[in-house]
Amino acid sequence: MPALAQTVRPHAGPLVYRQSFLTRLMHWTWAVCLFFLLLSGLQIFNAHPTLYIGSESGFAYDNAVFRIGAVETPDGPRGHTRLFGHEFDTTGVLGMSGPAEQPRYRAFPSAVTIPSYIDLATGRVVHFFFAWLLVVTLLTWLIGSLADGHIRRDVLPTRKDLVKLPKDIVDHLRLRIHHGQSYNVLQKLAYCGVFFILFPLIVLTGLCMSPGMNAVMPWLLELFGGRQTARTLHFLAMLLLVLFFIVHIVMVLVAGPINELRSMITGWYRTSTEERGRP
Amino acid sequence: MNEPLLSRRKFIGLGAAGVSSLMLAGCDQFDFLGESDSTVRAMLEKANNLTYRAQRLLMRDGALAPEYSETEIRQGQRPNGSRDPETEEYLDLKSNDFVDYRLSISGLVQRPKKYSLAELRNMPARTQITRHDCVEGWSCIAKWTGTALAPILDDVGVKAGARYVIFHCFDKYDDGTVPYYESCDLIDARHPQTILAYGLNGQLLPVANGAPVRVRVERALGYKQPKYVHTIELVDSFSHLGSGKGGFWEDRGYDWFGGI
Repeated sequence: MPALAQTVRPHAGPLVYRQSFLTRLMHWTWAVCLFFLLLSGLQIFNAHPTLYIGSESGFAYDNAVFRIGAVETPDGPRGHTRLFGHEFDTTGVLGMSGPAEQPRYRAFPSAVTIPSYIDLATGRVVHFFFAWLLVVTLLTWLIGSLADGHIRRDVLPTRKDLVKLPKDIVDHLRLRIHHGQSYNVLQKLAYCGVFFILFPLIVLTGLCMSPGMNAVMPWLLELFGGRQTARTLHFLAMLLLVLFFIVHIVMVLVAGPINELRSMITGWYRTSTEERGRP
Repeated sequence: MNEPLLSRRKFIGLGAAGVSSLMLAGCDQFDFLGESDSTVRAMLEKANNLTYRAQRLLMRDGALAPEYSETEIRQGQRPNGSRDPETEEYLDLKSNDFVDYRLSISGLVQRPKKYSLAELRNMPARTQITRHDCVEGWSCIAKWTGTALAPILDDVGVKAGARYVIFHCFDKYDDGTVPYYESCDLIDARHPQTILAYGLNGQLLPVANGAPVRVRVERALGYKQPKYVHTIELVDSFSHLGSGKGGFWEDRGYDWFGGI
């Protein structure tokens, strides 16, 4: 078989079983969860499109760090976004969007919210359902992958991996992708960042916005510097997850989408020939 | 390497198209979830029951909402919702500084009773500096003074079948046709921080914030803290009120527990 494969594709090595059923099932569950969480989250954000630092929202004083709105100008209304005192005209995307003859005054445009119209109640219903699903599946994967050694074997970078970091960065910059049984070190660091920093951060800051959970775990409020800071961090974690998603998709496309998709659907992954000779 | 690189570019183009169509899908493909009779929505809403059960389990020791210090009161309490009810009954009471106001306790109680504002103020008071969290996302810290609800419930004697406390209010929505009402379970009703507030930041409770009496249920969101309360009714079910979801905003799709 390998010989045949090589005649068809000169760079193709053997197929290896790379992704367990649990990892594949969880991967696609999280993809669905994050899609709905993002779009319902933007709906919720739109109900009060300002982020603050501290316990409360300053109305008589200013502790806002980010605000999306619309302003009246001599040329008519414009979408307006403020970040740390810097002002941006974001007409068409943030603050004011939709058709020119009938603009909608809303922070995030209807194309990226669920529902498309303003409906905080429904946004919350969708958000909390998928938040539960995400947390339950994350814990399932965490326990399962600690038990079967997936995290230790495949996800956590070893000291040997870290030594290879500079070379791996250069390889990535040159789009020279190695298809091995195991993840490369940049991949491991990215997945570690998502699993062990971004997911816990977004879940805990989400819980921190619950007045009920504040009573149960007041220390969590202290940890994140108050409810409004937690809300800001929740938003920031969302942005970083969106960034991860973009890089993730680009890397799948660069590394070969058919092979990558197959490994995340069937578990089987085509390695490069250069990997075979390696000890 | 040329051949695969070309196909990569093609795939990048395809991928970009895929991502943008996925984003466009958010446009209105899921708008049916906003319909109250959607069966999918009904399924998603079950997660709210799970939240209620989970939080009640975690709170079973009667955990208190965080309280703040005087120095953390940096602004007035931001009013929201109704700010100046215009029902005749309310305007009459307001014109007389609520001297004729009576808080009725009714429903599944052994001794239905009415309390004047003076009687409420003469009962042991509790003052707490807490954070008000609006469902929209903002928060505001303020000092609330009032009478704990638990001793009042003991005073009237709650009957065995009672499961919920309904708060009926003077303010009306939808052009003055729909009265505001709210409800909570007996756990929240008997919680030590659940008070019938008549004072705010050391002053009498202003009209904009719910005078003469507003309820504070500190472990829940703002819409669970009704203003302008005139009657507290103990019931075994709230299905006969409004659309049967337990509150004005609940009837409009918001979750009943309001703990997150």
